[in-house]
Amino acid sequence: MKNKAKSNGLFKRIVGNQMFIPVLAILILVIVNLVKDPSFFVVTWGLNNDGFPVLSGSLISILDNGSELAILAIGMTLVTAASGGQDISVGATIAVAGSAMLRVLCGGNARPETTQAPVIVAFLVACLVGMLCGAFNGALVSVFKIQPMVATLILFTAGRSIAAWINNNELPIVPDPKFAWFAGCIPGIPIPTSVFIAIACIIVIMLVLKFTNLGLYTQAVGINESSSRLNGINPTFIKFLSFVILGLCVAVAALIKVSRISTINYSVIAKDIEMDAILAVALGGNALSGGKFNMWASILGAYIIQFLTTTLYRFKVDSEARPAYKAVVVILLVVSSAPVVRNYFSQLAKQFSSPKKEVA
Amino acid sequence: MKKRVLAMIMASAMVLGLAGCGGSAGSTESAAPAQTETKTEEAAPAGGDLIKVGIINNDPNESGYRTANDKDLKAMFNEANGFDAKFAYSMKNDEQISAAQGFITDGVDYLLLSAADTAGWDSVLQDAQKNGVKVILFDRTIDADPSLYEASIVSDMAKEGQTAVDWLAGQNLSEYNVIHIQGHMGSAAQQGRSGALDAKVAAEANWNIVAQQTADWNAENAQQIVQSVIDAKTPFNVIYAENDDMAKGAVAALDAAGISHGVGKDVVVMGFDCNKWALEELLKQNWNYDGQCNPFQASYISDIIKTLEGGGSISEKTIIMDEKGFDASTITQEDVDNYGI
Amino acid sequence: MNENRILEMRGIDKTFPGVRALQGVDFSLNAGEIHALMGENGAGKSTLIKVLTGVYTKDGGTISLKDTGEVQIHSPQDAQKFGISTVYQEITLCPNLTVAENMYIGRGEGSLTNWKKMNADAAKLLASLDIPAKATQQLASCSIAVQQMVAIARAVDMECKVLILDEPTSSLDEQEVEKLFGLMRDLKARGVGIIFVTHFLDQVYEVCDKITVLRDGQLVGEYEIKDLPRVQLVAKMLGKEMDDLSDIKGEQGGYHGDDAGEDVFEATGLQSDAGIKPFDFHIRKGEVNGFTGLLGSGRSECVRAIFGADRVLQGTTKMHGKPVKIAKPVDAMKNGIAYLPEDRKVDGIVGDLSVRDNIILALQVLTGFFKPFSKAQANAFADEYIKKLNIKTASADTPIKSLSGGNQQKVILARWLLMHPEYLILDEPTRGIDVGTKVDIQKLVLELASEGMSVTFISSETDEMLRTCSRLVVMRDRKVVGELSGEDLTQNKIMSTIAGGESKA
Repeated sequence: MKNKAKSNGLFKRIVGNQMFIPVLAILILVIVNLVKDPSFFVVTWGLNNDGFPVLSGSLISILDNGSELAILAIGMTLVTAASGGQDISVGATIAVAGSAMLRVLCGGNARPETTQAPVIVAFLVACLVGMLCGAFNGALVSVFKIQPMVATLILFTAGRSIAAWINNNELPIVPDPKFAWFAGCIPGIPIPTSVFIAIACIIVIMLVLKFTNLGLYTQAVGINESSSRLNGINPTFIKFLSFVILGLCVAVAALIKVSRISTINYSVIAKDIEMDAILAVALGGNALSGGKFNMWASILGAYIIQFLTTTLYRFKVDSEARPAYKAVVVILLVVSSAPVVRNYFSQLAKQFSSPKKEVA
Repeated sequence: MKKRVLAMIMASAMVLGLAGCGGSAGSTESAAPAQTETKTEEAAPAGGDLIKVGIINNDPNESGYRTANDKDLKAMFNEANGFDAKFAYSMKNDEQISAAQGFITDGVDYLLLSAADTAGWDSVLQDAQKNGVKVILFDRTIDADPSLYEASIVSDMAKEGQTAVDWLAGQNLSEYNVIHIQGHMGSAAQQGRSGALDAKVAAEANWNIVAQQTADWNAENAQQIVQSVIDAKTPFNVIYAENDDMAKGAVAALDAAGISHGVGKDVVVMGFDCNKWALEELLKQNWNYDGQCNPFQASYISDIIKTLEGGGSISEKTIIMDEKGFDASTITQEDVDNYGI
Repeated sequence: MNENRILEMRGIDKTFPGVRALQGVDFSLNAGEIHALMGENGAGKSTLIKVLTGVYTKDGGTISLKDTGEVQIHSPQDAQKFGISTVYQEITLCPNLTVAENMYIGRGEGSLTNWKKMNADAAKLLASLDIPAKATQQLASCSIAVQQMVAIARAVDMECKVLILDEPTSSLDEQEVEKLFGLMRDLKARGVGIIFVTHFLDQVYEVCDKITVLRDGQLVGEYEIKDLPRVQLVAKMLGKEMDDLSDIKGEQGGYHGDDAGEDVFEATGLQSDAGIKPFDFHIRKGEVNGFTGLLGSGRSECVRAIFGADRVLQGTTKMHGKPVKIAKPVDAMKNGIAYLPEDRKVDGIVGDLSVRDNIILALQVLTGFFKPFSKAQANAFADEYIKKLNIKTASADTPIKSLSGGNQQKVILARWLLMHPEYLILDEPTRGIDVGTKVDIQKLVLELASEGMSVTFISSETDEMLRTCSRLVVMRDRKVVGELSGEDLTQNKIMSTIAGGESKA
């Protein structure tokens, strides 16, 4: 009896946990793929066209292509928590940061013979540009108290034109094949570098959350700004900081995106990725109105979106129908991870378990 | 040669100035005699009298095609060539329409238009006609009465697709297993380029579509689509990408999986738009085919303006530009330099 | 059912995770009766009210109404339909809408709104109740007291049979309370049954006919008002005989260190942008003093200026005689000043965060951004103060918003005590909390002072301040008008000082 009560409690705890729905979603995707085509999970060892060994398979593809989204989800989670709003300019600022990176790498020349600056310099410049964009958004939101969506609408609209302007409308191509390593595989290492970059970002943010009060401050500001101020926190700075951190995430994502094709297309690079990043936060069961957040859940949310995309490609769902499929799945996930529904589930779990208890 | 063109343009500019003085009532016919009279005498000192053109285009950042298109227009329509040109860029129809109204109010002589959407242009073009502004469409057609515009200079996307498919058929592969990467669904380029392939696949028994997905003109999406086919271990030997970016993304996926591509290799790679870097891939025999989508409409437009200014009329309203398809085995450096955008 | 009975609740059960909030509670109400619902915080008053109004769904028991018999109430809309209206303790209106909109929104009388008629009706009702607000005024621009009265006006206008007033008087001054009581008696004469939830014993004995007492989620009993003297009522609420309230000051010895006479904090010509006149202020080590005055006289604004919560315009501040600059709250905290704000919900709690995070928040900020407490450390802090202040919570992980008002207040108090401040400012710490906790807090204040902490204590209840403070700064119209200590600390003297020079004491 006691044991049973304990297991009931455990069941309820699991169902009530924020990670429950994201993990359940992954499990369902895994099961659907297992039933339809178990080879989805086969990871094979092969050689790429440069003759180096690589691992390939759908799982690797998910980890690889989900990297940018996972990195963006980190920053978006903080912005959402602190400001109670979302940054819709991340796609456009990826174009800006990526363009700045190419400008430095190619020196303003569309077809340089060699790279004009070390990648690290170009990357640092991109970080600076990304953080500047973040600072711009952050200042509008925190100092001028503009709604985040409205404030970031400015760069959302202008960002891609700014990106084009940085390179005089040219589409520079990085001549050094090594540049492709940041998204592809470094010779000898069979897993795409983007996966390692994403892992590094996740480790960094987890360390930051563990060894600083960023998490506590961000949540406190998002839940009750007035009270946070009276407890000595500077809400303006915390909101500003969250946007700058997102800017940094944008720069890292831009590195991967640009590296994937060694060039840039201002109008389509990272198109609509802001919506996916916001979705990742929501799928993780985090309130889009700000406050408490769970970073792991957001990151998991990002990979769920990629898992879903890859699955839809894999099933060769019709191009026209793909957005509809995605919408249906997203609606199901978002609705089921909404607090109202979660509460209902735990109620259900309780009702389900209580009659049994009485019998016992 | 160049000088003569210049002189002619100057002359027409002059004439136009006079016609303008004559008031807006003058129709094409009434302006024409005036021109024949003034043409020779007053050609040289034509100073400030330029042909006023208002150019409405899509955002040059939209694609490499658009960038090249904008550059080409700017190189043609400037003061040195006798034009007073104003540019307006937008990818939204309503913004384009209000820009057109602005140009009409400004009293331009010609309105050059690459419309974002096919619909909604009737009333503003009627306005233009009333005010004696002549309209020339380039790159994109619209759903309006042909009497509202002088000419329409377009690419025939269906023909581009047909040329490409014919080339592919000419490769005489025993079996065609095609990964078809589509552009933004519903766009003219996607419809034209998809149409020819779809028809061929329906007609021939040894042509199969392995995967048909839209990548929205985006290289990374294309990469993911090809990756998913590779991951599924489905055999294929042709990649038909509806633009160069997507072909590039597809090739990145092939490279990562160790699948050879290009002339005489396992997979045939086809792209469109003739970006310079894409033609270079052809030259290196990494890709097999690239279909041109000609962005250089400026010279066609200027010819039409010259004809109209010279009192001539346009016999064929819809002018379809010459477009080539390049084969990796025959392409030369000269082609790359001449046709690369 | 008794003919006069309009509401009967039988055996109501309600369980929350970790808490049995109600266990078989009975409650009944007659027409034309004002019925007090009494109990400490966490006794289940609010839960019972929320079950009755459909905010919570009951786990067991029945609710019957006179006309309809047994009913199921699933939502506040249901409750309204059955003629049950509520005015809650915390204002639940929409501050960004107008007064009239607040009075009529969500009433479900067709989807079309006749704005003109709505504003006219609202104006008429406001006038008849003597509420100093315009129908078209934005609610946020009214004082808290007026907002509360608008909420009551809204409920009154809904033709209710059962009116629930959940702590309606906690932010009203005496005149406003009298006006409300007049209104309640009116409604009573019209046959409305009123459930009155309050912590003010005086008010219960002034207007109520019956009292139902709850304790720990269970029914203690239902009594006629004349059969239950105050002392017994308090005893029933606490479940024990209560300490004599007036004696607590004597129990504590006061602070007797060598530095007892020294000023800990001193302000000269201090003024903030909240509209107070520049004022001088000082507090000695181990002293308890207070700001008194009518609601809106500037008491809170003074302490907010000291803490740097509002923007300081001018003035100098010193700690232990040394000049310090306090421009924002964190400066004050670094100088050992703590401030428990007046509005717990808006300025105090961080609702979704756990009790633990709420407790450690201030000290954590003071410790620094790069030095977060370990989990064990944070738990130790939380457990220490949960025990010390007897905070009733399921665990340290429980979100603070699910605690009762009094326990939330204790958590905020714990937050500041954990900082071990030299100077503690408590702005209305006992507002809206039960008698037991009130006494606990008063005792605690004196205890802290005897250990050498300086405390500024603000309360609307003068007797509470008289019990705790040894010196009172009196305010009128946003200006300091006097200071009382020693023999002068009497109700009469305070009243006359507040009232002004004409009435000599």
